[in-house]
Amino acid sequence: MSLFTKILRTPTVTEPIARGDVEVEVEVIARQIEQGSRRLFGRSLHVREVDAGSCNGCELEISALSNPYYDMERFGLHFVASPRHADCLLVTGPVTRNMAGPLKRTYEATPDPKIVIAIGDCAHNCGVFKDSYAVVGGVDKVIPVNVFVPGCPPEPVDILRGILLALDRLPRK
Amino acid sequence: MTGYFLEVSQALGALALAPGLVGFVRWWKARLQGRRGAAPWLVYYDLRKLFGKEVIMSTNASWIFRFTPYLVFTTTVAVTLLIPLVAAPLPFDRIGDLLLVVYLLLLGTFFLALAGLDPGTAFGGMGASREMTIAAIAEPTIALSIFGLAVGAGSTNLGRIVAETLAHPSASISPGHLLGFAALFTVMLAETGRLPVDNPSTHLELTMIHEAMTLEYSGRYLALIEWASALRLLIFFSLLANMFAPWGVATTLTPAALGMAAVALVAKLAALGIVVALLETRIAKLRLFRVPELLAVSFVLALLAVTSSFLLR
Amino acid sequence: MLTLFLLMVAGYVFGALAALPGGGHGAFARRLAAAGATFGSISGVALGVLSIASGNPLTLTSSRFLPLTGAALRLDGLGAFFLVVVGLVGCAAAIYAFGYTAHYAGRYSLRFLGAMFNLLLLALSLQVMADNALTFLILWEAMSLTAYCLVLTEHDRPGTVRAGVWYLAMTHAGFAALIAMFLLLSRADLTSSFASIRAGAALLSPASRNAVFLLALFGFGAKSGIIPLHVWLPMAHPVAPSHVSAILSGVVIKMGIYGLLRVLLDLMGGGPAWWGGIVLSAGAVSALLGVLYALMEHDLKRLLAYHSVENIGIILIGIGAGLIFHSYGLMALAALGFISGLYHTINHATFKGLLFLGAGSVLQATGTRNMEKMGGLIKRMPWTALFFLIGSVAISALPPLNGFASEWLVFQSLLGGSNIPTPEVAAVMPLAVGMLALTSGLAAACFVKAFGISFLAIPRSAEAEHAHESPPSMVAGMAILAIACVALGLAPFVVVPRLGRVLAGLGGLPDTHAEFTLNLSLITPNNSSSMSPTLLAFGLLMLLGLVPLVMMVFRVNRRLRLSDSWGCGRVGQTPRMEYTATAFAEPLRRVFAELYRPTKELSIDFHPDSKYFVQSIEYRSEITPWFEKALYRPLLRFVRLLAELTRRLQSGSVHIYLFYISFALLVLLLIARWS
Repeated sequence: MSLFTKILRTPTVTEPIARGDVEVEVEVIARQIEQGSRRLFGRSLHVREVDAGSCNGCELEISALSNPYYDMERFGLHFVASPRHADCLLVTGPVTRNMAGPLKRTYEATPDPKIVIAIGDCAHNCGVFKDSYAVVGGVDKVIPVNVFVPGCPPEPVDILRGILLALDRLPRK
Repeated sequence: MTGYFLEVSQALGALALAPGLVGFVRWWKARLQGRRGAAPWLVYYDLRKLFGKEVIMSTNASWIFRFTPYLVFTTTVAVTLLIPLVAAPLPFDRIGDLLLVVYLLLLGTFFLALAGLDPGTAFGGMGASREMTIAAIAEPTIALSIFGLAVGAGSTNLGRIVAETLAHPSASISPGHLLGFAALFTVMLAETGRLPVDNPSTHLELTMIHEAMTLEYSGRYLALIEWASALRLLIFFSLLANMFAPWGVATTLTPAALGMAAVALVAKLAALGIVVALLETRIAKLRLFRVPELLAVSFVLALLAVTSSFLLR
Repeated sequence: MLTLFLLMVAGYVFGALAALPGGGHGAFARRLAAAGATFGSISGVALGVLSIASGNPLTLTSSRFLPLTGAALRLDGLGAFFLVVVGLVGCAAAIYAFGYTAHYAGRYSLRFLGAMFNLLLLALSLQVMADNALTFLILWEAMSLTAYCLVLTEHDRPGTVRAGVWYLAMTHAGFAALIAMFLLLSRADLTSSFASIRAGAALLSPASRNAVFLLALFGFGAKSGIIPLHVWLPMAHPVAPSHVSAILSGVVIKMGIYGLLRVLLDLMGGGPAWWGGIVLSAGAVSALLGVLYALMEHDLKRLLAYHSVENIGIILIGIGAGLIFHSYGLMALAALGFISGLYHTINHATFKGLLFLGAGSVLQATGTRNMEKMGGLIKRMPWTALFFLIGSVAISALPPLNGFASEWLVFQSLLGGSNIPTPEVAAVMPLAVGMLALTSGLAAACFVKAFGISFLAIPRSAEAEHAHESPPSMVAGMAILAIACVALGLAPFVVVPRLGRVLAGLGGLPDTHAEFTLNLSLITPNNSSSMSPTLLAFGLLMLLGLVPLVMMVFRVNRRLRLSDSWGCGRVGQTPRMEYTATAFAEPLRRVFAELYRPTKELSIDFHPDSKYFVQSIEYRSEITPWFEKALYRPLLRFVRLLAELTRRLQSGSVHIYLFYISFALLVLLLIARWS
């Protein structure tokens, strides 16, 4: 019962998300998402997270997306358990040699239409692991990417903005 | 003629309302967790999106994989045609009784389990195995609850049961009815895959029961299966509401009575949805091998319900 | 009708005789045998249907053939119904045998197989027409012996001889009980017709009647496979050739049901409520334990054999309920109970026959009965898979097939238990309902395993990978039974009135042919509950056609792409990654561990230098059915002890033997003098 009294006392803590007033271009659009897909995914995007060899820093930020402060569910975003159920792949990490094959297979296992969003500096250009013997390259060397969200790690609100921008759903200021 | 028209519109209404019900329960859980959560109508967008995606099928799978979503969807829609949602009795009432409803749902589960085994993945097999175990162990409780209701009404046909409880309101607070409600509520949690039996929003495959069978499905097949499980939730809620507390169900087919019945149904569904949301927030998921103990408790409750309705007749 | 009878006998006799000349022409002989059996069984079905439709019994006495005694045959409604069951499964099995017996050529005696097959069917057909105790017993023994010969067909395989010995022992133990029972019933005059037995049965003392009941239950129960007399069933049915297994499971065990109905209901006219109570309890326990042991099997035919035990249990639940209602004078409910039992009899015969024929197909294609070595057969044997699926759905009592229709009737007759005046007896009904529901749920789980592991996913062995579809005769045999399953399920409003007419008059039951159907629905007394599988099937088909149509109208994405199974990104998929039959049943094994008491043996081989390196791990777990350990082993020990004691009489000395002979002669003379 004390659980319910605590629930009643705690307010809804979700923070509103705005376009962001920083001059730095935090989202890099690599490939345009076609209009039809954008309409299809506008209110409902199922996300599958793929760790292609990252240090887990980006993962922690991504998992923060489902907490009450960032609450990605209110936008219709939802993490799913299988790429067959997914519309969007959220890829982190420089693609290591071991993970290149599985990443490609995950991409092929996702039904069309789909979008790929690469999170973090490592996914863009290998970040601190650049030129390492163990990495293949950025995510776009393995699968076609729609949006890059730079940062090491990017903040959850930036990740959210990246996704919403890709869908053209960022709320106007 | 109006009866048949009403049947069809009842089924269509249930189809339309079911995803909203799932969204409603989800929204309540989100609010209880202190976040804004997805609006209840966003589930409809999910379905629309799924119908727009392609299907990927495993090369190991057979025609059963392709046939199952249609069968599961069809049997669930057929059940909505047989149960009294807004009015009782309806013309199709003579075609199916409570036993037929239960076994139709079991037919859907049977094929869904086969479809889980079809692609040859380990998760699918695991989901199928667990789902059939729970379905099998939940059967006696369902049968005994039906028995308890049928003893009072003299029939297993749903329209008659509803009419009987409406005619004798004092029977609805008899020990038989209350225990039967508790038993059937527990079984409903097991059959629709809610906590504490199965977490509908889990990502951990080793804890999945229903989800694990559908991991290979995508596109329109997944849409049909998701819609069917939302419909299943609506069916179980409606059965609980209309068998045990049937006030509001129209006995005459006048627009006023039907309108009131529709409002009453939505209210009852919302109430049950809130109860389930509160329960899911409070309770943690049971270990898989503790679930038979929970179902055994519900079986004992159902047995007590039947015995008391025998003795108090 | 007489002509049909003669045609039927002629067909079987021709089949039996045609099988015998052989030598190098085994192929021709076996086809003639199968043809004879087909002809005979079709005539049998026609005879049965005609007899039920016309309602006239057919009587034949032949005191000319056996000078001192008389064999009497009379076909009434009940017999005609069972004749239809025999003929239906017999016809399908005979057609199936055209193709199936091919793979016995050269290894086992095809002549013997064909001859015994025809003789078995003949004995079964005449059995249900027996009109006096002697004919009944002779034909019963003929049926058991021919079945025993057929079980021993593959005599060089391990386990067959043991199965045959157990079968013979159990069936003769039952036979001894039946002889005793008939002696009591007919007051030591075995040639008195059933009509005179019926008249005289009312005059027997209650103690005699109870003794008759117990002997009948033992004797017919041993034939049917009621727990605890079932131990021979999972041994004998798997080792027999598959078309014979279909007959054994589909028809021969039903003769126990026929016997029970004939003796308890017809000849004795029913009895006190505790008779029905014992039958009901035995049925409920058989059903539950049968399916629980079936779940743990991964030998496909043993699994099906245990399911036969389960379904006999369900039939007995219906019959037990009928007997209970009969003892209280609730005739309509009693009729409902017996109708549900009889309906389930023919349903079980069709779907169990179908499943065994399917298992035979799989056995012939892959060479194994072990489910753990099968898989992926649905793509290689599509017709067998489809028919096996129909059988699986039917046996799991899923609408709209026949298993559901008869289980619905059994449930409804149990629900009628609220009308019983004594609360102690009425309280048994809810428990029976619970056990029946658990049984059907577990059966569904078991058949998901049986069909899913055997036919779906990837082949688990090279034999399964190279499997191919069965020859057309085998497919045709399965198709006949599959169509029968569907027809019996969609047309219960045709079957139930006929069953009502069959039961009319037996034990004082009224003619209920108009009571339990209304248009296309099944109804219960006073039109309280009703259900229509026909309309449901129609509705389901319409919806199944409507949904894709609506999806096309709304221009849903219709693309489908083939790819590998999602395996979390791993490379390739091997059969080792699939679920196994043992793994599928494991949760249920854990839930019911107290009943199964599985033994576990774990041996780990460590590297001699360090305990951290393991060379091999062997895990062995076994479930021994409780009955053999607790019941039969002490019994066998006791019998062996008695035999040891009796052996002391055999001293080997001729003088002692001469003394025994003269002593026995003296005793007999004294007895003859004083009686």
